[in-house]
Amino acid sequence: MSNVLTVARKEVQEGLRNCWVLATTLLLAALALTLAFLGSAPTGNVGVRALDVVVVSLSSLTIFLLPLIALLISHDAIVGEMERGTMLLLLSYPVGRRQVLLGKFLGHLAILGFATLVGYGAAAVALALSGTPVEAGSWTAFASMIGSSILLGASFVAIGYLLSALARERGTAAGTAVGIWLVFVLIYDMALLGVLAVDQGQTLAGGLLDALLLLNPTDAYRLFNLGGTGDVGAFSGMSGLTRTAALSPPALLAALAAWTLLPLGLAALVFDRREL
Amino acid sequence: MTATIEIRDVVKRFGKVEAVRRVSFVLAEGETVALVGHNGAGKSTLMKLMLGLIRPTAGSVWVLGEDPAAGEFAARRRLGYLPENVAFNAALTGRETLAFYARLKREGRTAVAPLLDRVGLGPAADRRVGTYSKGMRQRLGLAQALLGEPRILLLDEPTTGLDPALRQVFYEIVEELRGRGTTVLLSSHALTELEERAGRVVIMNRGVMAADGTLDALRRIARLPTRIRLTAETGVHDLADRLWTDCPCRRVDGRVVEIEAAPGRKMDILRGVMAAGTAVEDIEVVPPTLDQLYAHFLRSQGTAP
Repeated sequence: MSNVLTVARKEVQEGLRNCWVLATTLLLAALALTLAFLGSAPTGNVGVRALDVVVVSLSSLTIFLLPLIALLISHDAIVGEMERGTMLLLLSYPVGRRQVLLGKFLGHLAILGFATLVGYGAAAVALALSGTPVEAGSWTAFASMIGSSILLGASFVAIGYLLSALARERGTAAGTAVGIWLVFVLIYDMALLGVLAVDQGQTLAGGLLDALLLLNPTDAYRLFNLGGTGDVGAFSGMSGLTRTAALSPPALLAALAAWTLLPLGLAALVFDRREL
Repeated sequence: MTATIEIRDVVKRFGKVEAVRRVSFVLAEGETVALVGHNGAGKSTLMKLMLGLIRPTAGSVWVLGEDPAAGEFAARRRLGYLPENVAFNAALTGRETLAFYARLKREGRTAVAPLLDRVGLGPAADRRVGTYSKGMRQRLGLAQALLGEPRILLLDEPTTGLDPALRQVFYEIVEELRGRGTTVLLSSHALTELEERAGRVVIMNRGVMAADGTLDALRRIARLPTRIRLTAETGVHDLADRLWTDCPCRRVDGRVVEIEAAPGRKMDILRGVMAAGTAVEDIEVVPPTLDQLYAHFLRSQGTAP
């Protein structure tokens, strides 16, 4: 365990030094603050549910941004270190490959978690300071959005590791990462929508549709946050979608967790077999 | 002497390429061994096998009584490795980098500063590794290999591209470790790089072990001729033709002749020169160079005892 923490600590140290942490935090904070104050415009000065509006707009943005950031950090983790030659030296030390992978994961997760918490948290604090009254339910929705955003990031970090363990060259890993991002964030939903429109609910309905939604981590995240309790669901117009048991919040979180653990486990297997 | 590394009938194939073909040798405590061969001769592959980074296709590798690829790390804690073209993360400082590796070897932070001083990186310890020159990176590479009082040091082409001053420091450190019983394995692509520092030489050629022995033993086996160069105002050619008909002679110019003396004939020839009384102005005796010795074993591909 100590080896895992040592590797994690070094990842964080590097992240701080090459400004990944700073850049990511600032980017997320800037976007969150912009949305917090622009987003409250439609509700006018009443603004009772300002934070709920922020949750809706911010989670839609998270779906695009966090997977991209996560893949950017992670796609280089294995193949990049192999190409630079740093992996050769690291693995000559009394440290297992799984410990290296897990350590990197914890380090990258810490970077991502810190950026999300501070960046999005800044928006919530700013709203509270500006005197906007916020209900307890909205705080819960906001907190669970931050938590699930980190989980979404974690699953894309794990997917990035799998690409990185499989790729022979850094360029391949980077290209595949872009492809994966496009598929999960844009193409998958468009294709699903197209099929639904053509199918008219003949075959693609009920359980199959639920399963297809769980097969994409960004959809699981979207349903978890936008279909959530109370006003958020009403604002997003997605409250009708989430009444089935298969897409209950625990099931959606479990899907996100599976999307983290499965790629991570596969990455460990592939990395174990790789020869230097 | 206790064996620290045992390589037995090791074969390593990468796809269709046989990088190492049935190599066997045993390294003992306190030995400094040079692993010499061209690029692609299998030197780095042998070191990776000893580190357990790759598994042999056939045969067995034992390091400090352990199979290094078995996933046990007790042996690795007592092993220092300097890869060819050592690389570090550019964002961290030299001190942070070394502290990271020290933690992985369960060494205290106190080990870091003295090691940095020892390799001459003390003043640059708090600069980012990205700003280091190649020599400085090599120094840092050496420092990390020395962490944890290693019983085995594997140094892959350690002196290529080093300035003479650092090379000196480098060999001093190696000498000191050898005195404490560390097995030092140095690889190099030329024998001359090693300046006769190694007690024993293993020559690799395209995956096959071409020779294994001390430099003196290898010289005896190779039976390379010593060149004797005579300079005289007149009559030097007649002298050579008359006295040593069995040795190949080469006329360099009108005044100089070069005789290739087989081992054991050198003193004989020198005595002959003195006795002849001709006006020989100068005698130069050139023993076979390390490069010639190396070339001989690469050509002959015979395995020494």
